[in-house]
Amino acid sequence: MADSSSGAVLQVELVAADRLVWSGQATMVIARTTEGDVGILPNHAPLLSSIIEGVVDVQTVEGETWVAAVDAGFLSVADNRVSILSERAEMSHEIDLEKARQDLERAKESGENNDEAHEAVRRAEARIRAAERAS
Amino acid sequence: MALSVREYRARIKSTESMKKITRAMELIAASRIIKAQQRAQAAAPYARELTRAVSAVATFSNVDHALTVEPEDPKKAAILVVTSDRGLAGAYSSSVIKEAERLVEKLKGEGKEVDLYCSGRKGEAYFKFRQRPVVQSWTGFSDQPTYDVAAEIGATLIATFLDEEGVDEVHVVYTRFRSMLSQEPTAVRLLPLEVVEGTEPPEQGDLLPLYEFEPSPSEVLDSLLPRYVQSRIFFALLQAAASELAARQKAMKSATDNADELIKKYKRIANQARQAGITQEISEIVGGVNALADAQAGSE
Repeated sequence: MADSSSGAVLQVELVAADRLVWSGQATMVIARTTEGDVGILPNHAPLLSSIIEGVVDVQTVEGETWVAAVDAGFLSVADNRVSILSERAEMSHEIDLEKARQDLERAKESGENNDEAHEAVRRAEARIRAAERAS
Repeated sequence: MALSVREYRARIKSTESMKKITRAMELIAASRIIKAQQRAQAAAPYARELTRAVSAVATFSNVDHALTVEPEDPKKAAILVVTSDRGLAGAYSSSVIKEAERLVEKLKGEGKEVDLYCSGRKGEAYFKFRQRPVVQSWTGFSDQPTYDVAAEIGATLIATFLDEEGVDEVHVVYTRFRSMLSQEPTAVRLLPLEVVEGTEPPEQGDLLPLYEFEPSPSEVLDSLLPRYVQSRIFFALLQAAASELAARQKAMKSATDNADELIKKYKRIANQARQAGITQEISEIVGGVNALADAQAGSE
């Protein structure tokens, strides 16, 4: 936090319930909150927001883009520290695309029209999007 | 010296094979405990960030939430007892159960009804044997709990807490992992939440910033608190798993040591018996020879 005045970077932590999925420095983070997509740049105002099943984009300082699929959870931003908390989170290269597609098929076929089914569909879609974006 | 040498040999053999089993269990527990500790460490960042977020919301908004409100006249309490699925872990399960019983007595003394929830087969069996109703139990994961299980337990407990007919407070009894040598049964109250208690108070100078909440503080709290509860349960399960393995390792180590001692003792007795046999044989032969010599001397 020493260099927060100029040339600031974001310290990003993507945390799942049972492990730290990714941590590092980034120039931009994009996540999907309940209100819509937000982009976080360095020196963003402190923010605490709920996120929904979706894709998180992280642009690292090296210019790479990491893509991760997350479940519903939280995004907290303060002092150029971004924490993304989600019960489950996967980096794009960890996702098995075939399996995600099958999950989506199954979730859609179950045809149940409740929150849980919608959640399952959204989760599967997020994982597929994340995996496709990365490849 | 009632038994023959052969019988002692058989005992030595069976003790030796038992020793092999306890030794193997000791080694398995020792290797698993490292994994369990790693899992507990891996789960720490999530719990830490969640605690930070919860205390941030609690500090900057005075939103009351159903999960934090103290009921005026608590009449019913739920206790989640975290035990192991298998035995052979020394006093691990029984000391958790003892702690739970103490809590039950205390709550009953305060005039509350107690509902029991169980995690782990040992606790379930204990209450079943005494014909005490267990509302719900979860089994089959005690040495490597997953977050999904914790989420399920959390959802059940929250649901019964929020239900008008349900309980007014929720306690968890689990074993805290202090070190490889010491594990301590602990009872904590989970609900209603005391957010302020903050297991890890923010470091000095680490003032919480003025957050903006999206969509709104109460909605953020709404989704934050159940997760906080689940993460606390997950923490308890992970601690219990590490404690169980440590207790099992210790129990199996002393079982192996005891087997060693027993084998040594049996070997000594067996050798004594063997020598006694030989001595007896010699004295029989000598006695026989003497008798023969006497008989010959008499006939001459």
